[in-house]
Formats: sequence, C-alpha cells, structure tokens
Amino acid sequence: MLDTLIPLAVDGLASAALIFFVAVGLTLVFSVLRVLNVAHGSFYAIGAYVAASIGLWIASASLNPWLSFPALVFSAAIVAVLFGPLVERCLMRWTYGKSEAIQILVTFGLFLILEDLQRIVFGVRSLAEDTPMQLLGSTQIGGVVYLNYQLLLIALAVIVVLRLRILLTRTRIGRLVTAVVADREMAQSIGINTNRVFILSFSLGVFLAALGGALATPTAGAAPGLGAETMVLAFAVAAIGGLGQIEGAALAAIIVGLARVLAIYFAPSLDAVAPYIVMLVVLLVRPYGLFGQAATRRI
Amino acid sequence: MTTPLLQAKDLRIAFYGVQAADGVNLEIREGEFLAIIGPNGSGKTTFLNLCTGYLRPSSGEVYLDGKPITAMAPRTIARRGIARAFQIPQLFLDQSVIENLMIAVAAKRGIWVPFKALGADGRRREAEELLALVGLDGEAQQLAGALPEGRRKLLDIVIALALKPRLVLLDEPTSGVSTIERFTLMETLMSALRRAKVTALFVEHDMDVVQRYADRVVVWDSGSVMAEGPPSEVFKDERVLRNVVGVA
Amino acid sequence: MRAALFLIALAALALAPIAAPWLQFVLTLAVAKGFAALGVAVLLRGGLISIGHAMFYAVSAYAIAFLARAGLNEFVVLLLLGTLASALAGLLVGAFLVRYRAIFFAMLNLAMSMVLYALLSKLYGITGGTDGLRLAVPRFFGLTLDKASFDTALYYAGLVLMVGVGYGVQRYLASPLGHALAAVHTNELRLEYLGVPVRVVLLIAYTVSAALAGVGGAIAAMAIGHILPEFAFWTASGHLVLVAVLGGIGGVAGPFIGSLFLEVLHTLAVGVTDAWNLIIGVALIGVIFFLPSGLYGLIRRRSGEPA
Repeated sequence: MLDTLIPLAVDGLASAALIFFVAVGLTLVFSVLRVLNVAHGSFYAIGAYVAASIGLWIASASLNPWLSFPALVFSAAIVAVLFGPLVERCLMRWTYGKSEAIQILVTFGLFLILEDLQRIVFGVRSLAEDTPMQLLGSTQIGGVVYLNYQLLLIALAVIVVLRLRILLTRTRIGRLVTAVVADREMAQSIGINTNRVFILSFSLGVFLAALGGALATPTAGAAPGLGAETMVLAFAVAAIGGLGQIEGAALAAIIVGLARVLAIYFAPSLDAVAPYIVMLVVLLVRPYGLFGQAATRRI
Repeated sequence: MTTPLLQAKDLRIAFYGVQAADGVNLEIREGEFLAIIGPNGSGKTTFLNLCTGYLRPSSGEVYLDGKPITAMAPRTIARRGIARAFQIPQLFLDQSVIENLMIAVAAKRGIWVPFKALGADGRRREAEELLALVGLDGEAQQLAGALPEGRRKLLDIVIALALKPRLVLLDEPTSGVSTIERFTLMETLMSALRRAKVTALFVEHDMDVVQRYADRVVVWDSGSVMAEGPPSEVFKDERVLRNVVGVA
Repeated sequence: MRAALFLIALAALALAPIAAPWLQFVLTLAVAKGFAALGVAVLLRGGLISIGHAMFYAVSAYAIAFLARAGLNEFVVLLLLGTLASALAGLLVGAFLVRYRAIFFAMLNLAMSMVLYALLSKLYGITGGTDGLRLAVPRFFGLTLDKASFDTALYYAGLVLMVGVGYGVQRYLASPLGHALAAVHTNELRLEYLGVPVRVVLLIAYTVSAALAGVGGAIAAMAIGHILPEFAFWTASGHLVLVAVLGGIGGVAGPFIGSLFLEVLHTLAVGVTDAWNLIIGVALIGVIFFLPSGLYGLIRRRSGEPA
C-alpha cells in the first residue's frame, strides 16, 4: 500500500511543482499589475514548445546531452525576453485603470492570438524530448523507485518559493515591488519608476510560466491545447490559494497536484475535473481562497 | 417610555488598530431630527455603516423597534425601513437622473417586473414628483455622472427618500452644496420629512444647520458619544466647544 | 427610420437564400450563434463577462441529441427541451457563479466550460467522445421532411425566433428587472441599499443568458446534424464574446448583426487563411480600442441618434 502511495505522492508533488510555477507567475502579475492575464497559460505552452524544439535540435546536432538542462531555463528566458516587455508595453499598459471588462477582453484577445501563433509556428504536432529525464535516471530508496527528474522539480519549486519570498522582502527591487503593490499612486509620487516595476514583474511572471512549460517537456512534452488547459488550471490553483499569495499558490498547487494523481489512480476519466472540484469546494467555504483577502471597504 | 425607533447598544469595532466604535450607546426616537457632530475620523460614518449592516460590530447590538438588526444585510435593513444617503454620493452614474429615481421607486415597489417598461405603472410619475421636491426636475434627462458635486448629493438623498423610509440616515447632506443653497436644501428636505413623518439622523459639519434643524444633537469623539442634548445646551458645553466646534 | 432599416434587413435575410442558396447554412449558423452571443450580451449589461458561454450552447445540443435517441423527434419539442436543459444548467452553475464578479466570474465560466469540454470528450460511452453524436432530421410540426426542406424550414423558424425572442429580451432589458441588472454594474452597493437582492437579479440574468445560448445550440445542432465536444470549446466562447462586443451592448439587434457579419467573413476567410483565432483576437482588441460601442453603435450614430 505504501509503495503505491509514495510514488503517487511524488508524482503529485512533481506535477504540483510544474503547476506552481505557472500559478505563482499568474498571481504575481495580478498582485503587481492588478490584471489577471487570461493569456498566461499560453506562455507555459510556448515555453514548452520552445524547450522541446531546442532539446530536439541539441539531440539532432549531437551536442552534449547535458546541455539540455540549461536549455530548459534558456527557453524560458527567451520567451520572457521576447514577450514580456513587448506585451506589457503594447497591450497591458493600455488596460491599467480601465474597467476590468476591458482587461478581461483584451487579455482574452491576446490568448486567441498567442494560441494561433503557437499553432502557426510549431504546427499541430506534439513534441517530446525527454533527455533530461533520461540523464538523471532514478534512485531507489527503501524499495521504491523514484525518478530523479521529479525530485529535481520538487526541489526547484521549493527553491523558487524561497527565492521569491527573499526577493520580495530582502532585495531593493523586491521592496519597490511591494511598495507598488501596496499603493501604486503613492509609489509613483515618491519617485519609484513604476513602469520599470511593471515590465519587470510582468516579465518575471512570463518567465515563471514559460519555465513551468519548459520543465514539463521531459515528462509531458508539448501538445496543442496545452495553453488553454494550463490557463484554467493555473487560475484554479491561484484562486484556491488566494490571488496574490505566493505561499498560497504553493499550498494550493500541492493540494491540486495530489488531487490529480489520486483521481488518475482511482477515477481516471475524472482526472481533468479533480482540480475544479477542489476549487469549487474551497471557494464555497472561502470565497477568496485559502489565504485571500476581501476587498477593502469603499464607503 | 415608548421603544426608541433605533437603538445602538455598546457597539464596538476596530480597524487596523484604531477603535472606530468604542462602546456606542445611542437612541433615536420616532419623529425626531437627530444631528451627529464630531471631528473627522471620530467614527461617525462607521456608526452609520454599523447601523445599516455594512459592518458587523465585534460586540454590541443595534435594534430597530426593539428588534435586533445587527446581523442583517444592508438590503434587509433597507426593506425594514431604514434608508441611507452617503458621504460620497452613491449613484447609478451611467444612468440618467430620472432613471436613477425610477430604479429606486421600482426597488421600493417591487423590482420583479420583467416585461413592463421602467417608467410604467406610475413609476415615472412618482420619480418626477420626487425630483420636483428637491428641484432636480430640470436635470431629469442628464446622466447622473454629468452632474456637478452638489447636485449629486441631492440626487443621492432623494434616491434614499424614494424608499419611503421610516428612518433616513444622511451623511453630511450639505457638504458639497454651496452656502447659499444649503438652507434652501435643508428647508425643503426637512419640511418634506416632517410632512411624511420620517425620522432623520444627519451627520453634519455646518453648525448653523445643526442649530436650526436638529431637535437633539449627539457629539461624537474618538469612537463614542461625548455629549448629547438639545442644540442650545450642547453648544454651551465647554468640552464640546473645545473639541468639536472650536472657540477663538 | 430605424423601423424601416429593421424591416429591410429582415426582408433581405428572408430573401437571401433564394438569391444565393449557399448562404442559407451560413446564415442559419449566424442566427444560432447570434442567440448565444445575445446571452453573453445580456450578462455584459450586468458587467459580467462570460468567456465560457459556449458550454450552454453545447448543453442544449447534446440534450437534443440524447432526446432524439430516446425517440423524441419533433422540432418544437426538441427546441423547447434543449433550451430548458440549458436554462437549468444555467440556473445550477449560476447559483454558484453569481457570488463572483469581474475576472473571477470570467475565469470560473471558462473553467466550467473546459470541464464540460473535457467530460464531453472523454465520456465516450455517453457522449460519443470526440466522435460526437449524430442527429437525424426531426419532424417539423408533424411533417416529415427531407434534409433540404427541413433546413429551409429551420432557417425561417430561426428568423421568426430571432424577432420574437429578440423582442422579449428587449422588453426584459427595458423593464425594472433589466434596469436593475444594469444597475448592478454601475453601483451594486446602492442597489443593495435599496433593498434589492443583487444575487437574485444576476441569477435571473444568468439563467436567461444560458437559455438564449440554448436556443442557439438547438438551432445549430439541427442545422449541422452532428454534435461535437467542440461546441463547448473555449475558442467557440471567444467567438461569442467577440460577436457580443462587436455588436455593441446597445441593443438586442447588435449580437445578431455582429454574428451575421462575422459568419459571412469567416466563410470567405476560410479559403484564404487558417489563422481564424488570430483574426478574432486582433479584431477583439481592435474593437475595444477603436470601436467601443461596436457595430451597433456605428449604425446608431449614422441614423442621428446618440450612441
């Protein structure tokens, strides 16, 4: 019994790690820019396709297979650099302060554009490149076999949580971001370059999403439709944790990850539905998520 | 001694470390005009929020006709006869002035009418009468969002009156209204309220208005009642003069 | 003036398939999607954006397929029951969703529609999975017709419904209930303070909007004859949102105008390009920035009325 449960748990935590990267990017962008980017999942998908393409190229060019690791991070960085500042300056910026309806519609339009762009550039095939997973192999602890790649994912996620927390509380840029989150106008009036903070925060969000996609390729590959699936999943996780809460996203990701693998194991046709059932239950009890806060009073 | 219309007992609530209501005890009797005065930030609007269900006190109760309404939602309390006008006018800015009133009238009579026009069944007429009462009939077709500040205040108040309430809570009714128009507004308002036998509670900063129209004054300070009584008495009280009114 | 325009447009729609028979199918679908987009527009009136509304379109279509399998094969009955199925689904989903606003509301709608899509695709035994379900030609008011005749009958029935249901929705939006819906968007707090239970107002609107999508789904199902999970896919919802925004939130005719425009455009574009979603995305952003009152606003401004 335990030797089925433990690998399941590791599976769940590994998938939680991947979804955490996307969800935390989403929640970060929301807390700084106050915009929930409906197109966020597309960055995950594009990150996955770029990583898979680069991985395949490394393999076909007979380069050192260990290059596939930095390639994963590099893919995420490319996506962030390419799309982050561009999308923020040309699109997101025009939605600040406008009604939320506009923000939703504009980012939804972006979603449609990115999904078609992805299809045009990468085609409708699925791509898979599992070199990193193969290279790391597996370990055996106490009679149970673990995929080292999954353990790496979990470790990376933990590192990201800690680094983000340190970034926000201990570094100068982090404090600027916190100031902007707390009160945008006030931050501007004391001379903080909010434009720069917005570009950086948005690009970081894109990077995290693309990183999630890139890191997912060795185990899951890149397939069409990934963008939409990931978007709603990332939203569900961010909503469960409470929008704007980093640790909330982490906890929610763990819950959802475990829920998914349990569903796969016990009720396979419901595995896609499991995260939303969790979301439904959580939101019924706590409408703003586990750690979310209600809006401040207006009168 | 008859039951007061509205009674607050020992209300307490704190935000961000500030005790916004610190054991508030207050009564309003049917038919009286009660003024609340006090420095900014002393918790007057918080009190209104507590009475109307927008905030839940950490302790204490609010009673309407002797029955507790503390845990009720704003819309339930509105249905029980308490209407509220706001410090910052809460209007349907995208709709015209007359539409604002017709919505209020429809809300009072029953909003569950799916196919008849908004203005049908005498709703338009009633809305027009209300607008005429406060002199807004000339701006009936204007968008509420296009009204200047003082007129918005007026619209906010008359929307509350459309509910034909037993008690109306006015949060700084004359703020934003020019000094000249102030007395005309209060004169119209107060005589309309007296005729309809509506009890009124108004938060005010203009002491002349208070002196002229209030039956009783309650002085607020740091989250609770500091003094109360008829205007003539309260304005002689030294503490009041020092803390609230200001004496040269 | 507007009445004249309306009658001309209606006449044009009625005569179009006689002039160009290939248009009939396109126009039938346009009317069907117009209904669904009208549903989205109703919610937009209350400030809520449903980016998953295609789910109610699909619910009606699948309900009709199930009912047809069970032996019910009369057009009117199928239409009514399909719409009812969507309305019930809307009531259920709406009961949960009306607690939320803005982005939460939008995303939850999207999430629900994706869940439905996943279920429709996976539950092969019930829904036929990705193969979908086939629908035989129903009887039309008791008459057994061949496909071509039925399609024509369906089209004209669709036009009649468009006028009738459209009129009903117009009355709804002009009524106290409809104004309350708009008031939720402008100042929900004031509405609550007027004693109005905002959630109930929204739930009614949501159910109506789901029913409208249901009418559309029913027409589409009977026109196409083949029902697929794609009916619920998020890109279908995106199309509806664009139509609603394009049509402008001014009136009931807007979504139908937008839908006709877009459907004809799509038919012409399919031969030229594959990137339809890209076009829709760009168009959506374009309309929002450059044409905020949509096509309908454009028409209104032309005939001299304020937008």
